[in-house]
Amino acid sequence: MTPFAGQPLEEQIAQWRAYVRRRRVLNDADVEELEGHLRDQLAALMEAGLAAEEAFLVAVKRMGDLDALSREFARAHSERLWKQLVVTPGAPEASAAAARAETLVVLSLAVAAALAVKAPVLFGIRIHPNEELPRFYARNASLFVFPLLTLYFLWKRGWEAGRGLWLALPFAAGAFFANVYPFRTGGDTEALAILHLPIALWLAVGVAYVRGRWFSNGGRMDFVRFSGELVVYYVLIALGGGVFTAFTMLLFNAIGMNAAGLTAGWLLPCGAAGAVLIGSWLVEAKQSVIENMAPVLTRLFTPLFTALLLAFLATMAWTGSPIDVRREVLIAFDLLLALVVGLVLYAASARDPQAPPGWCDGLQWLLVLSALAVDVAALAAIAGRISEFGFTANRVAALGENLILLANLAWTAWLYARFLRGRGSFAAVERWQVAYLPVYSGWAALVVAGFPPLFGYR
Amino acid sequence: MELNKDLVAASATPLVLAMLAEGDSYGYAIIKRVAELSGGRLQWTDGMLYPVLHRLERQGYVTSQWRAAGNGRRRKYYRITRDGRAQLAAQRRQWQVVDGTLRGLWMKESTA
Repeated sequence: MTPFAGQPLEEQIAQWRAYVRRRRVLNDADVEELEGHLRDQLAALMEAGLAAEEAFLVAVKRMGDLDALSREFARAHSERLWKQLVVTPGAPEASAAAARAETLVVLSLAVAAALAVKAPVLFGIRIHPNEELPRFYARNASLFVFPLLTLYFLWKRGWEAGRGLWLALPFAAGAFFANVYPFRTGGDTEALAILHLPIALWLAVGVAYVRGRWFSNGGRMDFVRFSGELVVYYVLIALGGGVFTAFTMLLFNAIGMNAAGLTAGWLLPCGAAGAVLIGSWLVEAKQSVIENMAPVLTRLFTPLFTALLLAFLATMAWTGSPIDVRREVLIAFDLLLALVVGLVLYAASARDPQAPPGWCDGLQWLLVLSALAVDVAALAAIAGRISEFGFTANRVAALGENLILLANLAWTAWLYARFLRGRGSFAAVERWQVAYLPVYSGWAALVVAGFPPLFGYR
Repeated sequence: MELNKDLVAASATPLVLAMLAEGDSYGYAIIKRVAELSGGRLQWTDGMLYPVLHRLERQGYVTSQWRAAGNGRRRKYYRITRDGRAQLAAQRRQWQVVDGTLRGLWMKESTA
């Protein structure tokens, strides 16, 4: 009955190893560890007088059922599940039907998003190729899409309607703040609200995405991975959309017609909204098939950004030129620091938490340290500006974001240093990063809801 | 006597941590030691120890290190961390509460 019978011991062990290796949640180190155990057990059993073949059978039996073992490994290493979903192998027919249902749901939601974008036309708010985009669209951009995306995850993860309704609250609040406040035209608080509302609401999407796993089983890290992959997919779809738009213009131009009304009024806004849902669906569907892109990009750009920051710091120290505190500059610095935090976050998401420190980790630490130095320089510049010219919405927002990122980077640098010296585990870095996620959304919500009245809607 | 499966699972963490608190060790040695200490009554399915160890490592309670095992192979040794010792102390208090409560009940029963 057993496929291992009647062979020399080494060959049996080799067969067992090959068999275990087929479990994709087990990596090479795990297999080596298990094989070492098997060999220890074999040696002990043979010492006790068992023949090689009997000893092998007993040792394999004691190792336990491999399916159950793979499941336990999968639970202990939920990040591996992201690539290889082994826990719920459904029946093939059932999963085909489910896939069809999902395709239908996603396509309907994407169409709904496209229609939602065009709905304001009924109230006379149009997107016109020769005019500036109405502020209404900028303020509400995330509200056209995120509720539908949340709906998709509620459907996919099987929430009860009653509990899912709670998630309507943040969106309702977002719609209220975006449209009821009497913003002055072209005011800073409006621009800030436009920038911050999507960040605040993304957390609600995350809650739907993880479905009750917010604090457990790497749910938040999965959501981070999902967000990164979605950005990659979205950019790819946008590139394709750009080519499509160019050809639309070109073809109609060839017969002497201007298609700008069609592309700017329909193609671009509807495509931009629908692509978020299609992109999310692709990430969900393909996560088991391809390698993740976000970590690859992280690997690629971590050294480059480290070099950039170091060069910048050196130049600033050499020439002594201070940071010029204009609005665009402040935003650029905030974005730069957010990008560094993103690099750290995605490096953490792709890293095997058990691997010992390597040169990549040293580089990450250097990146965090140089970002800290740049952040301190930016903070000094902002503080100088505030003490000279007083508080404005922009400066306070920039200051708050800088402080938030500073706190994150400082503690990350400390945890990284502990990890590099072998005093702490990488898991601490990962835990800190995911625990910090709500802070970003909380601050963004404060900027959206609190800043406009505080600064007189200017 | 077969121990209840849930009980075995729940006791795995404190047992592993307590054993590592005595010194670094590896999977096979831990299992052997548990079997010895319990007189063979506490039997784990061997493989299942490893996911437990890996989870503890993820949580930062233990660290691991490959060391040469002598016969040209390597062995993965585990070492308890400071967080791990704190966790062990916390688990110990919890088990003492359960143990004390049950003891109190059963003493009354036997003297009644």
